[in-house]
Formats: sequence, structure tokens, C-alpha cells
Amino acid sequence: MPMLTLDALTKTYKTGDQALKAVTLDVPAGQVLALIGPSGAGKSTLIRCINRLVEPTSGTATLDGVELTRLGPAALRRERRRMGMIFQEYALVERLTVMENVLSGRLGYVGFWRSLTRRYPQRDVDEAFRLLDRVGLLHMADKRADQLSGGQRQRVGICRALIQDPALLLVDEPTASLDPKTSRQIMRLICELCAERGLAAIINIHDVALAQRFVARVIGLRMGEIVYDGPPDGLSPDKLTEIYGEEDWEATIEKVDEEDDAVEAAE
Amino acid sequence: MPVLETANGPVWRRRNRREALTRWATWLVGALIFLWCWARISDATTWFFVWDAPSIAGDILGRATPPRWSYIDNLWVPIWDTLNIATLGTLAALVMAVPVAFLAARNTTPSALFVRPVALLIIVATRSINSLIWALLLIAIIGPGVFAGIMAIAIRSIGFCAKLLYEAIEEIDGTQVEAITATGASRWQVMAYGIVPQVMPAFAGIAVFRWDINIRESTVLGLVGAGGIGLQLQASLNTLAWPQVSLILLVILLAVVLSEWVSAKVRGAII
Repeated sequence: MPMLTLDALTKTYKTGDQALKAVTLDVPAGQVLALIGPSGAGKSTLIRCINRLVEPTSGTATLDGVELTRLGPAALRRERRRMGMIFQEYALVERLTVMENVLSGRLGYVGFWRSLTRRYPQRDVDEAFRLLDRVGLLHMADKRADQLSGGQRQRVGICRALIQDPALLLVDEPTASLDPKTSRQIMRLICELCAERGLAAIINIHDVALAQRFVARVIGLRMGEIVYDGPPDGLSPDKLTEIYGEEDWEATIEKVDEEDDAVEAAE
Repeated sequence: MPVLETANGPVWRRRNRREALTRWATWLVGALIFLWCWARISDATTWFFVWDAPSIAGDILGRATPPRWSYIDNLWVPIWDTLNIATLGTLAALVMAVPVAFLAARNTTPSALFVRPVALLIIVATRSINSLIWALLLIAIIGPGVFAGIMAIAIRSIGFCAKLLYEAIEEIDGTQVEAITATGASRWQVMAYGIVPQVMPAFAGIAVFRWDINIRESTVLGLVGAGGIGLQLQASLNTLAWPQVSLILLVILLAVVLSEWVSAKVRGAII
């Protein structure tokens, strides 16, 4: 049985824009898939409809047998703990420390007063230190988030998502604000961590070459519809034209690959 | 149409002829209105008193100097009262303004249709009435004294603080709130982690700014009997004791300078 099932998930905004048109999708446990498509294709809306930061108009999303789209507020909060989210602009709370940001991933598990007074259970703090060590930021634990560089912030964002102990990661353009080298490192880190922990992940990404390099399955979204679902090497120029529109894809992809190799050599 | 076609090609001017004429006509009408008003005011003024003003002012200045320094012993308690009125009034205002601000901000109000208008009404109502008038009302209700002054300052400040704070709340970065929501945090946790850290600098700035204003406002509250140094000022003015008046004004000036200095320090420490 797939871990996450989307069935005819549809989102129509108040303005009448149909962001998602009956998207149906199965994600097995532990699978990392990339969601590609042009801006406005509905990638962000799709992952936000799963944890209901955006309310879907119709259709269902089911996580491990729980129908997310039908839950009341309290039950939804409980299920959100199982879906870690990583954001494009990191979305760290800028004026809190790295440690506070990581521990905020545990908010769904601790009570209000404990979280307000920052008295988290010791095992949460231990886990936070372990995760910060894993992403190489242990020495930054006491720094304020706004003192970190882009790549470091995204690592903190990853820790915050992982400390939730999720079954699924929803990743929204993790590399869009990062330079090419850092982008690669972040993508590699996310994929490694998913493999280590057996997490499934849906990664929105608009860098096709980066997606092809790191994931086993690619979904192409265009105007709110799935137009490609298959392995990364099945993305022919024709398919890319169908997803993004007319462009000389051979040259573009090759060039991106060369750049990537140059970066690899430099590392 | 600023681009004019001429025989020698297009010419660009800031305004075309018609716009330029309209502007001149408007200026002319404005100048005529000004002259007419000037004439009316001049007719209604008793010019004798105006010509007299410099010598009267000089006379008062002469009587007011030097200040009666020995009177300072009577001012320590009133100025202390004044500072307390400003400080306690500001604190009380902040306690009341914070919930009002959260109810008024579009992104945190529980109901934009029912609760928000009430919060906005509180903001407008408390802001639009001067603290002297609040003091007059409160003296009638709870009697003269420092407490009436504190309440007048507090009520007057609610609207000011709540308005600035709710504008700050509406301008926060929504993705940070989204991120905290996505962890499964409750409504109150989202507030404590996603919103409060973002508005903290604004809150501190507003608090200090309002305290600074309130010190100046509380110096005059005594004029209507709501405690503080204004009481001494009124008594001295009534008995034409000009040397005392000048001393009181000096003390007020000193207090305001001090508060400016403190608020500049605090603001610097926060940001």
C-alpha cells in the first residue's frame, strides 16, 4: 500500500485560477520524488494542499490510511507532526537562535507553557544536538538565525523538519535561493537523510538537471496537471517541451551538466 | 501632451499650454484668497496688543529671572509623581494595547467581521480624545489625584500603541508563521514562536516612544488637578509667581531631556 495517496486533489483559488486539476498520485514509503514544472504550475500549491497550509477545494490526500483532507483542527495538528516541511527562503524565525529554531520542530509534541519557557524534554535537546552535528552546525547552536548564511539556514531548516520525526518530507524549492554548489550540497544532504531514515519526500524543484541527478522518480506538472511521471532519464527534450514549453533542451541540459561537473571537481 | 510636433521635429515641454494656463489661474485664485483672509484677520485683530507684545514679554522675562532656586524643594515630589504617572500609565496602556492589537490585525484577528471592528473602534475612540480631557472626565469619576492622571495617560495611549503594534503585526513575514504552523504547533504556539519574535523590536520601540511622549503629556495633567508638577505650575501662574514658573519650566525641560536620552539608549540597545 502506498504511504501517501492523492486522489483527484483539486485547488481552485478565489480568483478562479485552477492551480490543481484533479491530481492523482501514489508515493510509496521511502521514495524520494522530484516535482518539476514552470512557475505557476501548482508545485507549491500541491505540497501545501497535503499538509493543508492551503485548503484543497476537493479530492483527498491520505497519509498511512489517515484521510488528511477530512481532519478537524486538533487531528490535523497531530498529523502535521508526521510531515516535515522545508522552505525556499528557509522560513527560520530570524530573531530566535539556531537551537530554538530546531526545537520549534517539536512544538506539536510539547505543551504551550513548556514551549514558551523553552523547557523542552532533554531527549528533544539531545536529538537537536545530534541533528545539528549531522549537518555540521553544532558550533552554531547559540547563534541567532539571521547571522547564518543561506546554506547554513537551510541546514537548520532541515533539522527543524527532521526533529519532528516525520514519515514524509515536503520540500518546497530547497535550492532556489542558493548558489549552485550549495544547492548541490543541500540536495545531497536531503537525499542522504531520507535514505538514512527511510523517509519519503516530495521535492519541488525547478532545476531539472539537479532533480535528475538526485532522485529516482520525477513528476512533471504543467498548469496543475501531471504530464510526466517516470524515471529521470525518461525526460526527453519532447517531454521537457511538454512541461515547460518550446526551448532548445539538448543544449540547456548539457550545459547545466557541464557546470555541475565543474562544481563537482572544485569541491 | 508634453511632446509638441513642430516644423523642426518634436519638442518636449513639461506642460502643454492649457495645463500651464490652468496652473497660473489656480495660483492667482490662491493668492487672492490669501490676501482676503489676511485683510479679515487684520480687521479682527486689536493691533495695540500685538505692538505691545514684545515689551510685555520682556517684562515677564524680567520678572521671571532669576528663577527662585529655593522653590526646588517643593518640586521634588511633584516631578517624581509626574514621572510615575508617565511610566505606570505607559505600562498599563501596553498591557491593554497588546490584546487589542492582536484582535485588530488582519492576520491574527479571530473574526474580521465582528471582532476587528470593535478593536478598531477602541483604537479610534481612545486615540481621538486628548489626555487632558480624559483627565477631566476621570477626575469627575474617581476624584483628583495621581491615580486619575495614570488612568488618563493609560487610556489615551491604548489606541496609539495598539495601532502601531497591529500595523507591525500585519507586516510580519508570513512564511515564518507558515513554517511554525507546519510543525503541528497550536494557535498559541504559532503566536509565541512565529509572530511574537517578529514584532518584538517594534513593540519595544513603540513602548519607549510612547513613554517619551507621556512624560511630556503628564507635565500638564496637573493643570486640571490630576497630580504631578502641573499642579505647582498652575498655582504659580495663578499667583503671578514668575520666578517659580521659570524654575518649573526648567525642571520640566530637564525631565524631558532625560527621557529623550533614556529612550535613545533603550532603542539603540534593542535594534
